Amino acid sequence: MTLMKKLTLSTAFAALGTTAALADGHGGCTDGRLNIVGNEFPAIQTVAAAAVACAGDDAEANLTADHQKINVAGMTGNPAEYTTAIVANSSIVALINEDVIQPLDDLVAAHGQDIPKQQLITVDGKIMAVAFMANAQHLVYRADVLEQIGAEVPTSYEEVLAAAEKIRAEGIMENPVGGAYAAGWNLAQEFTNMYIGTGGQFFNPGTAEVSINNAQGVEALEMMKALSEYMNPDYLTHDSNATSAEWEAGNVALMNMWGSRSGVLMDDEGSEPQVYENTKVGGPLTVGDSGTPATTLWWDGWTVAKNVSDEDAAATFTAMKAGVSPDILNDETMSQAVWLMEGFQPAPVNEGVLAAVAAGSTPYPMVPYQGLLHTALGDNIADFLQGSESAEQTLADIEAAYTAAAKENGFLQ
Amino acid sequence: MKHKTFFWFVFPSVLLMILFIALPLVSVVTQSLYSKHEQVIVEVENCGPFGCTKATTVDQEATAALEEAEPLGKWAGLDIYKDRNHLAISEVGQAWINSDGLPDFGRTLMNLPFYKALGFTITYTAIVTPLTIILGFFIAIAVNSVARAMRGPTIFFSLLPMIVTPLVGSLIIFWMVDARGILGTGLQWLASDPSLSVKASTPLMWAMLMFYGVWHSAPFAFIVYYAGLQTVNQDTLEAAMIDGASRWERIRYVVVPHLAPLTTFIALIQLMDNFRVFEPIISFSAAAHATSLSYAIFNDLGGETRLLSSAAATSVLTIIFVAMLLSPVLVRTWRDFGTQK
Repeated sequence: MTLMKKLTLSTAFAALGTTAALADGHGGCTDGRLNIVGNEFPAIQTVAAAAVACAGDDAEANLTADHQKINVAGMTGNPAEYTTAIVANSSIVALINEDVIQPLDDLVAAHGQDIPKQQLITVDGKIMAVAFMANAQHLVYRADVLEQIGAEVPTSYEEVLAAAEKIRAEGIMENPVGGAYAAGWNLAQEFTNMYIGTGGQFFNPGTAEVSINNAQGVEALEMMKALSEYMNPDYLTHDSNATSAEWEAGNVALMNMWGSRSGVLMDDEGSEPQVYENTKVGGPLTVGDSGTPATTLWWDGWTVAKNVSDEDAAATFTAMKAGVSPDILNDETMSQAVWLMEGFQPAPVNEGVLAAVAAGSTPYPMVPYQGLLHTALGDNIADFLQGSESAEQTLADIEAAYTAAAKENGFLQ
Repeated sequence: MKHKTFFWFVFPSVLLMILFIALPLVSVVTQSLYSKHEQVIVEVENCGPFGCTKATTVDQEATAALEEAEPLGKWAGLDIYKDRNHLAISEVGQAWINSDGLPDFGRTLMNLPFYKALGFTITYTAIVTPLTIILGFFIAIAVNSVARAMRGPTIFFSLLPMIVTPLVGSLIIFWMVDARGILGTGLQWLASDPSLSVKASTPLMWAMLMFYGVWHSAPFAFIVYYAGLQTVNQDTLEAAMIDGASRWERIRYVVVPHLAPLTTFIALIQLMDNFRVFEPIISFSAAAHATSLSYAIFNDLGGETRLLSSAAATSVLTIIFVAMLLSPVLVRTWRDFGTQK
């Protein structure tokens, strides 16, 4: 089903691209190699298809959910296999750590004067990436179910719990809460959201020393456990895809979900009219009284590999610039993401991400050792949620696992 | 055989073994003895669509100079083997002193990632290997007594689990045991517990992984035994029948001893295979309940920041454990070889 969709989409875009290229003679793309590696969801498919169409027939794109397992290896060689990686604010860090992407200042000066400044991602004053969309997790709810129990749209996790209890008590749904709690990356992400929401700091300022074994850490874990009581018992195996499937099956009424994935929930494919017509997005949720939303802001953007010839770098730059130009926005692509390009018209589905930005949510931390902590979180939190150890023990385990890994990677002595 | 002839006869295999077995081993061992350089961290200001934030980043120029000086990384010796994410020498020592009896020590041990993975890996190997051999043997006996015309299709169907790609096979079972899948619902009905979920319970998840393991590798044992059954001496079988041996006695005293060398072979292969259990853990999203050594290696390499040395150390430890596990079987094979001469 998705494969079919993908094929039709890419064919459609290829056709679109060909006509566009014929019309304006390659759309400003210079000659050279383009090979894209990136995550796989509709907005990125749109960007990649437009970039490939501009660069010409030899251009390739490898879009996969496993992109971050292959992008460093694929860009380390000389010349690099991938001339560009589409990354987010978490995954760019690994590429910077390994020194496989190049600063874009010269290329921007030569070919990209018209890229709006807010799209340029700078690290220490050097442009390292060009962002094209914003993303965040936020509440998705079933308006009909909330109406049935007479509840307002929740703005905090405490209200989510209260509403969930009511839904269960009235026998509407057995497990009304959803969430991507699959052990590993997803679970770690949910903790990251929750911990930021409690006002916690991950590291002692300016150092790589982790400090999550504190009252905020316990509060975050306790809230996650409280939520999990209202989830499908298999929640530790549910990633974003499985959670979306649960939603479309009509088993869930409240969940924290990615803005980039809510469009799929609200279209008329894969679910009953009662489900998709009543699927609405809310703002980010809060926990406790810290005032910081329990979510993280993300951007997705593209980079240029370091180990490529100047010609290929220029070709990659111009093609990717065309891939994220305002021209790619049309009726079909407009609602796929919160695009950062000019001419973006928000649709109702984008309101969640915009609300998260407006509420002053925290961007996902862009520090070199955050990825190691993320892995340690994903490996250990399940022990607490399954009730096999205390919150303090779990947090101590995470700190110990992180510290050993950070020592090995040279971040700690 | 002349020495020269012998040399040229084995040269291709020796070359391939050096290229594909010895050199990678050397590389893995070397990698596990080095860690990354001390990273030079600088505080920077990062700007993007959400404004500017203070953050840290790796100073590439300073780090590049360090890497130039020592391209392999910093010599770590056995430090990585001893750290908490591997053998956890000091943590285990502490636990031994502080723990309140053996069960408490066991719990602390199982909380350490390496021992948790090792615990599952060994349990899996110890349970799946004998069950595979026994099941494979009985399938072979059964198929061997099917009417000749039906044997082809029966053999084909018995081999199916092995033909199906492990990831796909385990995904199919994963969906079937879902609380709303056919097996999952069946189990709920059997246990009269509507909230029963295989994926939510650690013991059931372990059982399912092992069930999958047996299901997947029994055909291998079956086909080897089936081939062996074709060579059983019919005269001996007939003699046993004349002596009044029952079917069971004929299997016990004629067939089983005849197939003993094959059992050694299957055990050898299965021990190695099962110790590397990996695919079902991924397909079943079982990481919350069970991890194996191979999964630990995969996890080290799959994060946003790759842990090459850590993965290498776990690989070396896996190789050592496989060698230990295989040694009894190898010794036995060596002895059999000696007596045959």
